[in-house]
Amino acid sequence: MYFINQHIQEIYFVIFCVFIGIEVIANVPAILHTPLMSGANAISGVILVGAIIVMLRVPADDYLNLTLGGIAVFLGTLNISGGFFVTGRMLKMFSPKK
Amino acid sequence: MYAIIEVGYLVATLSFLGGLKFMSSPKNAKTGNLIAALGMVLAVVLTFIAAITATVPYTNLIIMLLAIAVGTVIGKRLSDKVEMTGMPQLVSLFNATGGGCAMLLGLVEANQMDPFATILGNKILLIAGLITGAVALTGSIIAERKLAGKVKDRRSKTVIFSARILLGLMVLLPWFYFLGIIPIGFTAFMYVLATLAMVYGVLFVLPIGGADMPVVISLLNSITGIATAFAGFVYGNKAMIAGGIFVGAAGILLTILMCKAMNRSLMKVLAGTFKKSKTAAVEEEQDIKETSVSETALSLSFAQKVAIVPGYGLAVAQAQHICGQLQQLLEKRHVEVDYIIHPVAGRMPGHMNVLLAEANVEYSHLKEMDEGNENMERYDAVLVIGANDVVNPAAENNPGSPVYGMPIIRVYKSKQVIVMKRSRGKGYAGVQNDLFGLDNCSILFGDAKVSLQEIVNQLKLV
Repeated sequence: MYFINQHIQEIYFVIFCVFIGIEVIANVPAILHTPLMSGANAISGVILVGAIIVMLRVPADDYLNLTLGGIAVFLGTLNISGGFFVTGRMLKMFSPKK
Repeated sequence: MYAIIEVGYLVATLSFLGGLKFMSSPKNAKTGNLIAALGMVLAVVLTFIAAITATVPYTNLIIMLLAIAVGTVIGKRLSDKVEMTGMPQLVSLFNATGGGCAMLLGLVEANQMDPFATILGNKILLIAGLITGAVALTGSIIAERKLAGKVKDRRSKTVIFSARILLGLMVLLPWFYFLGIIPIGFTAFMYVLATLAMVYGVLFVLPIGGADMPVVISLLNSITGIATAFAGFVYGNKAMIAGGIFVGAAGILLTILMCKAMNRSLMKVLAGTFKKSKTAAVEEEQDIKETSVSETALSLSFAQKVAIVPGYGLAVAQAQHICGQLQQLLEKRHVEVDYIIHPVAGRMPGHMNVLLAEANVEYSHLKEMDEGNENMERYDAVLVIGANDVVNPAAENNPGSPVYGMPIIRVYKSKQVIVMKRSRGKGYAGVQNDLFGLDNCSILFGDAKVSLQEIVNQLKLV
């Protein structure tokens, strides 16, 4: 109960996001489904935000968590950079030719 | 300061939404991608500014910046190097990294926190993020390996059974744990769950058949999104929640779309079963008409409207570039050429469109299945390359056929159909194709790439 009281805003937020997300994404034509997927994939890399927060909080002598956190930051960045670059590369092919 | 950061996250959230919104037209999609990417950079920089204090040790900073630098460079290199046919593997791989990040985040967070001061709700969120992340991590890696042809389907009862047991355990164990039945520390418990979830990810993707891969990739994509949303909840970060939910929604939508396009229920895909023919396969003798390269070239060049139906066979033969050439030659002769693309024509949603776009085909010529079907009567000739089940009329008129109910491209309604086929074998579903016996259908046997090249050569001569 305490949890719900504390997070009621976020719960509303999630519900709105679900509906807005479905509405926006349903409008994407089948032609662009692969770039949509890789672009969405890159957006899910926003988890990097969490990894950075954790990374700046770990004590400097806690090697286990530093390693795990470092790998997490690396993986998150890879997801973002690779995702957006590859989506851009695909979409360039879809731009109208003169 | 706090307000600036919150506004920054708001802008980032809006940029994700705007980026996805711009994806609704091929013309603006590039801008959309850029907007979303900038929003992401903003979110990351703001997080850094907000979390940095004078007390943050240098070790942490160096490790973090190094990880970011290396991650960016490797991501750029991987995306520059990839072949368009290998796109499903790369997307799976990037999906695995997102899942891995979510899982590690859960572990570090569990290591760090005070188990007695953390409320139950947050612990449940951490567990949920950890499990979804771990499943997405190993599931995507197996999917990538399978797409690369390195791992075969394993459909044994043991695999499917163990996967179900693990799924049950992952639901039940947290219950038992919070009831106090399992007397171990929270951190140790998280490691146990992570291991179980990683094994589950492997067993979950192993039995799924090659043709069902588009469904699985979409599903794994949405699982990563959901993992991100869980983590966003833990940190109360709205940009993370929104980003995760949008990705989850996109993944689920594509999953449903792919299932519909194959006429398969999600449950059956996940169970790895394939619909068996109900009636004993009545193999009717088909009266197949063969055609030659020159005849094909002739009928194509005298047509006014030609449609090309590409299947994955086209990509396997690496014939999409010759296909583009054929189109240009025909257009010089004022023949209109369209491509009609079935939703499951590639190895991931929309894959075939990317392959054709790479071969310089304008997107205005790429037609979706429904649009193609509406105008089918107007095509003088339809060239089917490397596709089989998606043009089988049995899907509409033979309830006994395993492909019955699957939406198809109704090429049989056009004036003339030419099917390019490697051999007399059957399609993926192992079903006889009623199309081949029809009067308006003829077959050009041989390797698709070779035949296309010959047609192109002939058209150049005339």
